[in-house]
Amino acid sequence: MTTRRIEITVGIFVALGLAALFMLAIQVSNLGEYRGGDGYEVHAYFNNIGGLKVRAPVTMAGVRVGRVSAITYDAERYQARVSFTISARYDQLPTDTQASIYTAGLLGEQYIALEPGGEDEVLRDGDAILFTQSALVLEELIGRVLVNLTGN
Amino acid sequence: MGPSGTGKTTLLRLIGGQLRPDHGQVLVEGQDVHRLPRRELYRLRRRMGMLFQSGALLTDLNVFDNVAFPIRENTRLPEPLVRNLVLMKLEAVGLRGAVSLMPSELSGGMARRVALARAIALDPHLMMYDEPFTGLDPITMGVIVSLIRRLNDALGMTSIVVSHDVAEACSIADWVYLISEGRVVDAGPPEQLRREASDWSRQFLEGLPDGPVPFHYPAPDYLDDLMGGDTR
Amino acid sequence: MGPFQRLGRSALGVLERLGRGHLFLLRTLLAMGTLVRRPGLLVRELYSVGVLSLLIIAVSGLFVGMVLGYQGYITLVDFGAAEALGTVVALSLVRELGPVVTALLFAGRAGSALTAEIGLMKATEQLSSMEMMAVDPYKRVIAPRFLAGVISLPLLAAIFSAVGVAGGYFIGVGVLGVDAGAYWSQMQASVDFHEDIMNGVIKSMVFGVVAAWIAVFEGYDATPTSEGVSRATTRTVVHTALAILALDFILTGLMFGDI
Repeated sequence: MTTRRIEITVGIFVALGLAALFMLAIQVSNLGEYRGGDGYEVHAYFNNIGGLKVRAPVTMAGVRVGRVSAITYDAERYQARVSFTISARYDQLPTDTQASIYTAGLLGEQYIALEPGGEDEVLRDGDAILFTQSALVLEELIGRVLVNLTGN
Repeated sequence: MGPSGTGKTTLLRLIGGQLRPDHGQVLVEGQDVHRLPRRELYRLRRRMGMLFQSGALLTDLNVFDNVAFPIRENTRLPEPLVRNLVLMKLEAVGLRGAVSLMPSELSGGMARRVALARAIALDPHLMMYDEPFTGLDPITMGVIVSLIRRLNDALGMTSIVVSHDVAEACSIADWVYLISEGRVVDAGPPEQLRREASDWSRQFLEGLPDGPVPFHYPAPDYLDDLMGGDTR
Repeated sequence: MGPFQRLGRSALGVLERLGRGHLFLLRTLLAMGTLVRRPGLLVRELYSVGVLSLLIIAVSGLFVGMVLGYQGYITLVDFGAAEALGTVVALSLVRELGPVVTALLFAGRAGSALTAEIGLMKATEQLSSMEMMAVDPYKRVIAPRFLAGVISLPLLAAIFSAVGVAGGYFIGVGVLGVDAGAYWSQMQASVDFHEDIMNGVIKSMVFGVVAAWIAVFEGYDATPTSEGVSRATTRTVVHTALAILALDFILTGLMFGDI
């Protein structure tokens, strides 16, 4: 085995390894979304976020436009403060956009759905979304149904 | 010279700085080998050559690369010059024709000659041979014996040959030290040793089975041992 | 010899070996500088450590991925969540099986070979003769092999995972009829680059250091006889496997434990 052939095969090996890493990064993981520069960040307050997690998707008409970047508890408002990053491409969100927490399927993960309002002004970095709808908590729902049933 | 297990090889390793003495010192060219910092020790080793009993050729390199190994690792000579040097060394041991063989294709005697060519590749001032005559057929043995003497004279080095082959070693030695159990028991030119040696030295030089060095390994009394029936 | 003395002796023996191993690692790291000046040494070892392990890693990755495809599907289809197959396959591979199985295979394929090679070089006095030729075996023999192991393992683990994901795709989408789009999109939705992929890469780097370290140390520390070398080779495989699995537990706890 000549040095030349060894060097070539080693070159191929290293290239393969890096290509595999690249494929894992782009094709398997969500790194694709990190590309193309960061978006802008807005936040919203929810009474109850249910099982929402950091990095959960933020969608608009079912299309992903961003993801949740941070969840904290605001002790003064007794509410959860959810920040999310929205891709710079989607910079046409009216200021009265509503954010709701939904569940994908019965047991799926929770995500934030945005529904655009009618204002002319658009959301900018650091703005707050005022209209929010909390997550539906299954137990609460069942409890309410039971109350209704017994009430009747 | 000395019987097996008396510390001859250990002595060579002490001189080469591969083993550390419990006490005492080893001076090579006036330098205390075991007080040298690593860098200096390696510099000193460039002026030493050692022929290992097994040859210790690098099995993944062919004959040429084996002999070129110390030159390439320790110098920055251009490749044509390295080639010339290697061919010269191999010519000296009569194996210039074997440059492209792998160590596994060499006979024991050839491997030792290649190792010899490698050991002298850097023109050492001090050559050490560890049992260079063991396990060779008479012809190869003769070749090695005369090579050691010729190289020593031609290259003007100091050679230390460790051996228990009395006749061969005495035929080329200027001065002989007889070692037993870690001590020098006799020293002198070979002829003088033969003439006025002690009982021990005579036993060793003439190969007598019994004498000051007993034939028997220390054991309990033979008869007691046989009759005792005390098996362990 | 009483039981306490025996226990004490073996404990001291273990400590002594550990100490020797760390001194050895230190000297190896100090000898690393040579490789900057002579990358050729490294390339040669990358070939025997990395390239020659490629086939077994790729084939194993493919099979593991296909098995994950089957098993994941069987479990998920009961919950009506077969679309999540991509997530299951990718997460299992990237977080755990990629680094761990690669490291175990590496210990068997490359680690044992490294130990045997270095041990035999020691037994045949090649290392000793190098020293006498004023060539430091740490620089010429140990450091390149160690670094080659450290570099190869993360690359091999990445290849293992990538091939495994493809194997899962082949079974899940090609054979069992999961929707191809769902396979990839579910995967992308739940595999996080920093959380999952990078942690997997970090794991395989740590495993690379440990596996290569054990392999070269066992070789260098082997008793220079044929029996000593064969024992050292066995020890390499056993100790590497144990170290990898224990480390995996610790690393997993550190990386994913706080949820």
